[in-house]
Amino acid sequence: MSPSRSTYRHLDWILIGCYILLAAFGWLNIYASTYSEEAAGIFSLASRSGNQLVWIGVAAVAAVLVLFLSTRFYKTIAWPLYILSLVLLAAVLVFGHEVNGSKSWLSLPGGFAVQPSEFSKTATALCLSRVMGSYGFKLSRTADFFKVAAILIVPVGLIALEPDVGTILVYCSLAFMLYREGLPGKFLGYVGFAILLFLVTLKFSPSVSILTAIGAVGLLRTLASRMPVRTFLIYAAFITAASFLPRLLETEFVSGFNRLDAEYWLLILTAPFLVWFIIYNVRNKIRGWTMYVIPFVASLVLIFSVDFIFHNVLKPHHRDRIENLLGISQDLMGAGYNVNQSKIAIGSGGLTGKGFLEGTQTKFNFVPEQSTDFIFCTIGEEWGFVGCIIVLALYLIILLRITASAERQKEKGARVYSYCVASILFMHVFVNIGMTIGIMPVVGIPLPLISYGGSSFLTFTILLFIHLRFDLERWK
Amino acid sequence: MNPGKHRYQYLMAGLAAAFLILAAQLFRLQLLDNSFKVSADNNALLYQTRYPARGLILDRNGKVLVGNKNTYDILVTPRYVKDFDTLALCRILELDTGYVRGKFREYRMYRSRIGYRTVTFASQISQEQYSRFIEAAHKFPEFRGVPRTTRMYPYNAGGNLLGYVTEVDPAFLERHPDYAPGDYTGRTGLEETCEPMLRGEKGYSIYLRDASNRIQSSYRDGAFDRPAVAGQDVVSTIDAELQNYGEELMRNKVGSVIAIEPSTGEILSMISSPGIDVSVLGEINKHYSRIASDPFTPMFNRAVMSPQPPGSVFKLVNALIGLQEGVVSTSTEFPCHNGFTARGIHVGCHAHKSPVDFTEAIMASCNSYFCYLFRDILENPVYGSEAKAMDRWSEYVRSFGFGTRLGSDFPSETAGFVPNSSTYDKVYGKGGWKALSVISLSIGQGELGCTPLHLANLAATIANRGWYRIPHIVREHGSDSTDAKYSEKHYTMVDTAHFEKVIQGMYMAVNAPAGQGATARIAAVPGLDVCGKTGTAENPHGDEHAVFVCFAPRENPRIAIAVYIENAGFGATWAAPVASLMVEKYLHREISSGRKYLEQRMLDANLLHKVPASPDYVPPKDDD
Repeated sequence: MSPSRSTYRHLDWILIGCYILLAAFGWLNIYASTYSEEAAGIFSLASRSGNQLVWIGVAAVAAVLVLFLSTRFYKTIAWPLYILSLVLLAAVLVFGHEVNGSKSWLSLPGGFAVQPSEFSKTATALCLSRVMGSYGFKLSRTADFFKVAAILIVPVGLIALEPDVGTILVYCSLAFMLYREGLPGKFLGYVGFAILLFLVTLKFSPSVSILTAIGAVGLLRTLASRMPVRTFLIYAAFITAASFLPRLLETEFVSGFNRLDAEYWLLILTAPFLVWFIIYNVRNKIRGWTMYVIPFVASLVLIFSVDFIFHNVLKPHHRDRIENLLGISQDLMGAGYNVNQSKIAIGSGGLTGKGFLEGTQTKFNFVPEQSTDFIFCTIGEEWGFVGCIIVLALYLIILLRITASAERQKEKGARVYSYCVASILFMHVFVNIGMTIGIMPVVGIPLPLISYGGSSFLTFTILLFIHLRFDLERWK
Repeated sequence: MNPGKHRYQYLMAGLAAAFLILAAQLFRLQLLDNSFKVSADNNALLYQTRYPARGLILDRNGKVLVGNKNTYDILVTPRYVKDFDTLALCRILELDTGYVRGKFREYRMYRSRIGYRTVTFASQISQEQYSRFIEAAHKFPEFRGVPRTTRMYPYNAGGNLLGYVTEVDPAFLERHPDYAPGDYTGRTGLEETCEPMLRGEKGYSIYLRDASNRIQSSYRDGAFDRPAVAGQDVVSTIDAELQNYGEELMRNKVGSVIAIEPSTGEILSMISSPGIDVSVLGEINKHYSRIASDPFTPMFNRAVMSPQPPGSVFKLVNALIGLQEGVVSTSTEFPCHNGFTARGIHVGCHAHKSPVDFTEAIMASCNSYFCYLFRDILENPVYGSEAKAMDRWSEYVRSFGFGTRLGSDFPSETAGFVPNSSTYDKVYGKGGWKALSVISLSIGQGELGCTPLHLANLAATIANRGWYRIPHIVREHGSDSTDAKYSEKHYTMVDTAHFEKVIQGMYMAVNAPAGQGATARIAAVPGLDVCGKTGTAENPHGDEHAVFVCFAPRENPRIAIAVYIENAGFGATWAAPVASLMVEKYLHREISSGRKYLEQRMLDANLLHKVPASPDYVPPKDDD
């Protein structure tokens, strides 16, 4: 059932305003990034800016349509849509054609090509909203937890086969929504900590990682301890002593022992400590000790398998990008070229930028993918720090509006959906901008509403406007 | 409170943190770190250097000594070079394939340093080669040419004097950060001395280029382009004709000639023989190894770099010191019976009348007279000891510029050597020597080292009656302080009045009637009143060095000259004719018919075989 006319007064016009500003700004920058003296005009269908304008028009129609459908309709089609998205994801593996090493595009008759993975984001969000919003659903109940896990794992698995790392990362962002809905915080913490250890191991050495893990356990123990000062001092002393181990092993005095690497020595040294720790905790029946010991053992396993994961699971170009981000290898002509050129373009913009169409780096193809994944370079170069901050601010306003609205929702399903939208949007913005300024590895995901590309623009329009439609329900 | 509310707040805090991280990194990139702007300009702006024409070098009469001709440099952007027809390029530019391979090996080695920059691939490509290159340019899109100027020498004079121009090497760049690879700089001679004036200022044109290095357009329609500023012309003090004539006279002889205008200190010609022919200067790199291995060391500028004992011409200095110290007067006579003998020491002399007075002693170059004179200087009771008198003498000698770098604007000048008491204290022990131990100083032998420049300066000082201006080869240096340095008069410690007495002796040496024992009558030029002094410097390697200094005319002298010919024998036989011919050439612009025979003899003479360094060296016979 559609809401009454008067309810539409309550549409979130601030969010819509930000949406229009971003779309318009994106369109201008697509024009700028492909601009050259002989290029077709901004409205010409032969140009990317002209194409994008068509997609913006299509999206506007879709947006209005989305707003007029009833919320019940979305609940009804959630499952069929989800199933359809899985079928498309499976189809793309068979019929899709490969772009940049991943099979993610499906050609449609009429010269169009779509990315089912884009579509699946919306479908999955709606499906999660339907399931988690149903009466009596509790994430803490094992059956419900696995239901959610299954809904997520099937599309992620299919996408991993393409493979499309960017979209997997976007799916990972749904962890924020799950956290809001009651997923224990320690899961997020463990995942975050595992990523940290992985990177530290690559960048420094396993022994530094082991020390980090001991440090983390020590911190937790200190926070939980009844004698925090004493606990802290014990751990601090242990870590300090262990830090000198590698240097000690290099001295002539012990060079005979040098056949083993520092991390194995560290492991040998910590093993008795660990055993004592387990026995002590079990004997004194200290509750929650599993909270430290199991993650620590898991950490050790992770640390010693980093090499294997890095060299046997990840693809060579991912390895290069991660190494480049961590500064392990600096090949400015190879893997590091994109990011270096991108940083040059953004950095050269200064405070107010070089002005519309005046950018030299993006216009003359120094930055690759300048109208799609690296569109932020054009913004950085031509509009400067001021332009970048305005774009960031627009995204932040949208995210804050969505989450604020979600918190006020009476219906849990609507809240779940809105958090899904916020999580997906956040991940896109953070990873995309982060990669152009060199704080994230290069992952091919577009900048929402700004990057050139119909699938992406349409997906974000529909995601946002379904949220706006749910938001309207609050005023009925 | 609802746990969901807490989590909402945590999530919002995380969101804020994430956006702060992005903003902070943007702040760092765009506002703190300037290197990205530089990199961006390097990426997109192509600075094509516009090289200035180097300044000309003119002689004192406005003749062009060094001019310019058009050549081209071929530049390449190594990063974009794909396969190309190496053989064809070598054929067009007349390079050998090894050169090209070497260049590209170098580019690969410095790949990261070169980056996307364009570097010089080959230089000094002639107009003809360049037009062939332009025809085939489509085959070598990564290569392009820029016009450069290279040196040309219309006048065959002054190879050593002028120096040469060469592309800067890495060692030079290290010391001169204001130069860039591919720039040229002057080496040795005037090119080096006047580098700041001759160099000019490079300009540039700015183009926008894309990532494939295609030039897209002129940047802002050339508003920021800078035209090259041509180098300033340098007017040297050299007389091209005299220089050329002197080089002709010195052909096949080892030695040097320096002529100075006494009143100004301007060097009229400076010849070091054998020298570098101007025809090789333009392409010095091709000839470098041959020049460097030449036994006569043509790169070595003897005129300023070779200190030697001056021989008898140094008697002039001792004569002046003797007069100033009052140990002799024009009427003082000393005996000479084929030399000077005292306490077992004998200094030989040639046959002439005895006793001789002051003027006759200079005229006849009497060794004996100057031994007495020098002994009296050192045994002057005023100073109480030979050591103190020696130091006083040393000061006198230094006041003529000996033993120091005169400070000319010519590079690589050497100081030479003038002894003092401590020199001999080291040899004989303190107080272990007497006037007689060092008596050879009286006739310009022993521990004395003077460059031909010092001797020419001596001639100029005597011509000026007691002062000199620092010899120099550039008229205007473009800086007041430098020009002031060369216009300052330097007085010796000898009174002006005494010089006339010495000049009388020098006049007589050249112009005395036959039969009086004058040593340099061969140097007489009718109507010019040449005043001169011969010298024959003993030398342990082969024959004596022939030395001659003179100036002319006697009143208001316009030229002072020193000639030093190694291993030639008597100064009167070889050095005096060369000097007098040059004086005549300079003052009369031609050689009188009566002296043509002398000119021919000098032009024909080949004394190279007398030089020990020569491959054709013939050692002198013992009785010689």
